[in-house]
Amino acid sequence: MLQMTVNDAVSAALAEEMRRDPTVLVFGEGVATKRRDLVEEFGAARVRNTPLAEGIIAGTAAGAAATGLRPVVDLLFAPFLTYAMDEIVNSAGKLRFLSGGQFAFPMVVLAQTGAGWGVGAQHNHNVEAWFVHSPGVKVVMPSTPADFKGLLKSAIRDDNPVLFFTDLALGYTDGPVPEGDVAIPLGQAAVLREGNDVTLVSYAKTVHGCMQAAGRLAEAGIGAEVIDLRTLKPLDTATILRSVRKTGRLVVVHEAAGPCGLGAEVAAVVAEHAFTHLRAPVLRLTGPDAPAAASFPLEQAFVPQPDAIEAAARRLLGAS
Amino acid sequence: MMTTTHPLVQALERMTLIRAYEETLVDLHGRGRAAGTCTSVGQEASAVGVISALSADDLILTNHRSAGHLLARGADPGRLMAEVMGRRDGYCKGKSGSLHISAKELGVVLTSTIVGGELGLAPGVALSRSMLGGEGIVVCFFGDGAACEGRFHESLNLAAVWNLPILYVCENNQWQAFVHRNETTLADGVAAQAAAYGMAGASVDGNDVEAVHTAASQAVAAVRRTRKPFLLETRTYRLRGHFEPDDQSYVDPAELARWRERDPIVLLRARLERDGVLDAEEIRAIEAQARRTMDRAVAFADASPYPGLEELTSDVYA
Repeated sequence: MLQMTVNDAVSAALAEEMRRDPTVLVFGEGVATKRRDLVEEFGAARVRNTPLAEGIIAGTAAGAAATGLRPVVDLLFAPFLTYAMDEIVNSAGKLRFLSGGQFAFPMVVLAQTGAGWGVGAQHNHNVEAWFVHSPGVKVVMPSTPADFKGLLKSAIRDDNPVLFFTDLALGYTDGPVPEGDVAIPLGQAAVLREGNDVTLVSYAKTVHGCMQAAGRLAEAGIGAEVIDLRTLKPLDTATILRSVRKTGRLVVVHEAAGPCGLGAEVAAVVAEHAFTHLRAPVLRLTGPDAPAAASFPLEQAFVPQPDAIEAAARRLLGAS
Repeated sequence: MMTTTHPLVQALERMTLIRAYEETLVDLHGRGRAAGTCTSVGQEASAVGVISALSADDLILTNHRSAGHLLARGADPGRLMAEVMGRRDGYCKGKSGSLHISAKELGVVLTSTIVGGELGLAPGVALSRSMLGGEGIVVCFFGDGAACEGRFHESLNLAAVWNLPILYVCENNQWQAFVHRNETTLADGVAAQAAAYGMAGASVDGNDVEAVHTAASQAVAAVRRTRKPFLLETRTYRLRGHFEPDDQSYVDPAELARWRERDPIVLLRARLERDGVLDAEEIRAIEAQARRTMDRAVAFADASPYPGLEELTSDVYA
């Protein structure tokens, strides 16, 4: 095992995939400025700076993907995706279908979001569910360096447009990463901790909050199973259902706002397929229906914290 | 004696075919047999003049007013008709309808109905051409309405700074959906904007197929030679409404009458008669031939089944 940060894991995945496949290229605002090592190894044609224009960056990725290249584009912050929605949603997401399958769009869009940098709501807005609701695109949002590396490799190899979100708070966190060419398949959740009493489903930074809560619950004799979704679309419903059928209790935790979010989707899947196994109502812990503030205490209060996750689990067990 | 080797006669045949195809669609729609379409009636010289200047390995991006581009490129009218009528044998299995038809086998890639969508996609297609090798260039058709979108600026700017081999063709048909371009822009035309990006540009009478062909040939040669983009504006007019049905009650009748006199097919027929290339009977024969082609196209589409319901969710993911 190697030890590396999330940011280094992303860089390693990019370099390995560019080495492996000459059609992979990366471009975006400051990409060539910041990634000099990639420019040196792969040349200026495959590592490009762009004008500050997210729409044309995403559109260029879609056009290139449809005609033989495998672009990775960095749009920096997730709220900037609003400038690129037409190219991602209307073109990359729909033109395969509308053309009767004549084209594929193997492209990856990178964007960062989430509390931790005090940048406020125009740089911090968890918009991942928008894309889950958009046909033809996949959505990935990992929580550990190993998953960042392995899932980005799979995203680059995938023949569909993939939105790959990095939680801002995780960029400089480190962890073990297997050596060598290890790709983690899209669409597979990870069971990070097993337990029989309650299931905690989450993704991105709140996975770590769930792990902390699970540790405290264990001290009180409560077995919490923690599931990291990792890929939001396609959603690994089998892993969720297997766990809920065992525990009978579910808390879904994410930083994105509640209405029509991943929590709503997971709760609906469980209601449809495992209703009779439920021993308590499904709970969601999410960010509020509000823009994220820059102020540190407000920004932290936006995110479901370990105390709240622990309390929710106890409530379901009638053990508050 | 009519000779089909004369390039202007070939142009007339193709333009007549496009006109017949779109009039057939209007008729089918009126009888409830096809969805409404955005026709390019009046713009046939622009499509035929530009497409006839291309090579087989050039790639084309078009938009919602695409019938002329597709037919000029050699699309099969029956498969187009089947597509518009939502049938399985259409170019896109009936999933596109009239609005987003792409035909990879013809090099017509990535048709977007979002105004300006094709401008957003063109640089990537040209980047592939550049990086994967080959002599082919990319041609991107859009309207004066799309030139009001921000993507027009973003696309031309990126193509210029990245040296992408794109011929941008702005078919300036004076209408942006239901609004005359005089209401939306003070600039006289679009071609002059090329200079702002350090790009070559030209403007041409879009209703004179020979002039369009000459200007497009020069522009294509420049793009091929320099591997840099070029902006060509074809000044034309949308003789029918934005979308069928459309009574055009918002159109100044005097302006419409002036442009009807400059109908590109009327102009070309008159010229060929005046020059003694075709007589009236031969012109009627070209029209009759186009009508017969359309009868066969409709029969082909009628005979094609609707897609199976499994197509509802196929081709969503690769």
